[in-house]
Amino acid sequence: MASIAKPAVQARSGMSNGKLVGRIVLYIVLGLVAIFFLLPLFWMLVTSLKPGDEWLQANWLPKNPTFDNFTRLFNNPSAPMFNWFVNSIIISGIATFLTLTLDALAGYAYSRLNFPGRKILFALMIGTLTLPGIVFLVPNYLTVNTLGWLNTYQGVIAPGLAGVFGVFFLRQFFQSLPKELEEAALIDGGTIWTNFWHIALPLSRPALATLGIITFLASWNDYLWPWLVLNDPTKFTLPVGLASLQGSFTFDYGLIMAGAVIASLPVIILYLLLQRYIIQSVAMTGLKG
Amino acid sequence: MAVRDRVQSQSQSTTAPTASGRRRINLLPYLFVLPHLIFFAAFLGWPFFYGIFVSLFNYDFSDPTYRPFVGLQNYINLFDSSSLQFADFWRSVVNTGTFIVWSVPPLVIIGLLLAVLLNSKLPGRNIFRAIFFAPWSLSAVVASLLGWWIFQDGGILNQSISGIGLQPNSWLGQMPWPWFAITLTTVWWTVGFNTVIFLAALQDISETLYEAASIDGANRVQQFLGITVPLLRPVIFFIITIQIIASANLFVQPRVITGGGPALQTESLIMRIATESFQFFRMGSGAAMCVMFAIILLILTALNFRLFGRTEQQ
Repeated sequence: MASIAKPAVQARSGMSNGKLVGRIVLYIVLGLVAIFFLLPLFWMLVTSLKPGDEWLQANWLPKNPTFDNFTRLFNNPSAPMFNWFVNSIIISGIATFLTLTLDALAGYAYSRLNFPGRKILFALMIGTLTLPGIVFLVPNYLTVNTLGWLNTYQGVIAPGLAGVFGVFFLRQFFQSLPKELEEAALIDGGTIWTNFWHIALPLSRPALATLGIITFLASWNDYLWPWLVLNDPTKFTLPVGLASLQGSFTFDYGLIMAGAVIASLPVIILYLLLQRYIIQSVAMTGLKG
Repeated sequence: MAVRDRVQSQSQSTTAPTASGRRRINLLPYLFVLPHLIFFAAFLGWPFFYGIFVSLFNYDFSDPTYRPFVGLQNYINLFDSSSLQFADFWRSVVNTGTFIVWSVPPLVIIGLLLAVLLNSKLPGRNIFRAIFFAPWSLSAVVASLLGWWIFQDGGILNQSISGIGLQPNSWLGQMPWPWFAITLTTVWWTVGFNTVIFLAALQDISETLYEAASIDGANRVQQFLGITVPLLRPVIFFIITIQIIASANLFVQPRVITGGGPALQTESLIMRIATESFQFFRMGSGAAMCVMFAIILLILTALNFRLFGRTEQQ
C-alpha cells in the first residue's frame, strides 16, 4: 500500500524527480512480484535438469546439468509419457474442434433462427448454469459406463460437449453482427446454411478463436473427469499420468519435475505466442479455470 | 416465392403455408441445434434427474444384483452421527469451508492490488501482466506438484529458511500450515485471473476522476478507497462470487500437495465424494453428497448476495 501512496505524495509536490522515484519503487515492487511468479517455474526446470544427488540441495543452478531425468522418463515402461502426450493432444484437439462446431451451429440457431421450443430450450440451458458441475459427476460416470465408454477418448470428451457456455458466448457474438447482411444475402438467393457458413462464421473468427483457446486449455489441463474415466495407464492424459507419477515415483523428484516440464511446455509455448489473445479471452469471458 | 419463404422462416417463424394450405415445419433450425442438444440432454439434462434418482438407492457400482431403493436414507445418513458417512462428510465440509475462508480474501485482495499496480502507463506493464497471469495456463496438477515439491520437509523453502539460520517447518505435516501451502499454491496459480478481470474493469474508469481528486488533494490511498473501490463494487462482487464457487470445488491441490492429510484434515468435499463414489463404490451415497454440495453452494451464493449484493443498491 505504502508503495502506491508514495508516488502520489511525490507527484503532488510537483517534482519530476519525485515521479521518477515513484516509478522506480513501482518497478521494484512489480519486479519482486514477478520473481514470486517466475521462481517456481524456474525451480521446476532446474530440478528437472539436476542429477539425483542434487535434488535436495538448494543450488539454483545445476552443478552437473543433465537430461537424464527426461531420458529415464521416456524410457520408463510404467510411465508411457509419449502415449500421455499423444492422448492429450488427440483429446484436447477433438474436444476443441467439436465444441466449436456444435456450439457455433447451436449458437447461430438460437441467435438467428426462429423455431418452436427455442425459448424453452434456451431457458433450460441457463438453468443448468446455476448448478455446480459436481452434481453431474456420478450420473455421468454411470452413463459413460453404460455406453461402454470407460477408458476411451469419447468417454473423456463427450460430457464436455454438453457445456452451454460456448453456445451462449457465440450466440451473443452472432447477436452483435448486423442482421441486414444476411437478410440481403437471402434475397440474393442465399440459404440459411450459406449465411451461416459464408457470412456469420467468417465474421466470428475472433470469438471462435477465443472459445477455441479457452476450450483447448481447459481440456489440456483437466484432471478430475479424465482421471475417473481412464484406468489404463496407456490411455492417460498428461495431468492424469503426471499425478500417477507422484504415486509411483514419490521420491524421484527430478523425474516428476521432468514430467511437469513436458506437460507444461506446450501450454507455455502457446502462452508465449498467444499471451495477449489468451488474456483478452479471459477478460472477455470471465471464465474461471 | 422460395426466397420469401426462407426470409419468413428465418425472421418470423418456421411454419410457412404451402400450396396445399398445410403448414409445414421447417426442420433446418433443429438440425443446427440438434448436435449440441443431444450431448446437452445426455450429459447435463438427464444426469440432473438421474443423479437425484440414484441418490435414493443403495447403489453399489460393483454389485449390480443388489441395489435396493432406500428412499431418503442416504441423506439421513449425512445427518446421523452414528452413520458411516457422518464424520467424514462433515469434516470435508468444514475443511472446504476452511479453505474458502483461507483463500477467497487473498485471491480477491491481492488480485485487486496487482491490477491497481498494473493500471498505469508504465512502460513494460504488459510484460508484468503476462508474467502474473502465466501460471493460470498451467494444469492444476502441475501447479500443485510444484507446491508439493517446494513445501516438502526437505524442499527448497525449508532449505532457504535453514540457509538464513531460521528453524525449518513441517509445512505439509503440521496444521494449519498445509492450508497455508495449499492457499499459497492456489494464489500463485490463479490470482492472475482475478487481476486480469480487475484490470479490464479499472481501464474503464475515467482518468479525469483521478485527476479531479488529486487536484482536490486526495492521495493515492484516498483515491483508491474513494473512487476505485466504489466504482469496482460490481466487479468485486462478481469476483468474490466466482471465487467462492471455485474454492468450494477444491480438489486437485490437496489431492496432490497433502493427499488430504495430515489425518484427513485437508480432505475437501469433492475428494470425499470421489472416495465415497469411486473407491467404496457407494454411488447412491455419493450422489446424495453431490446434491448436498449443490444445496450448500446455493446457500453460500445466496449469503454472498445478501452480504455484498445488497450494498450495490445503495
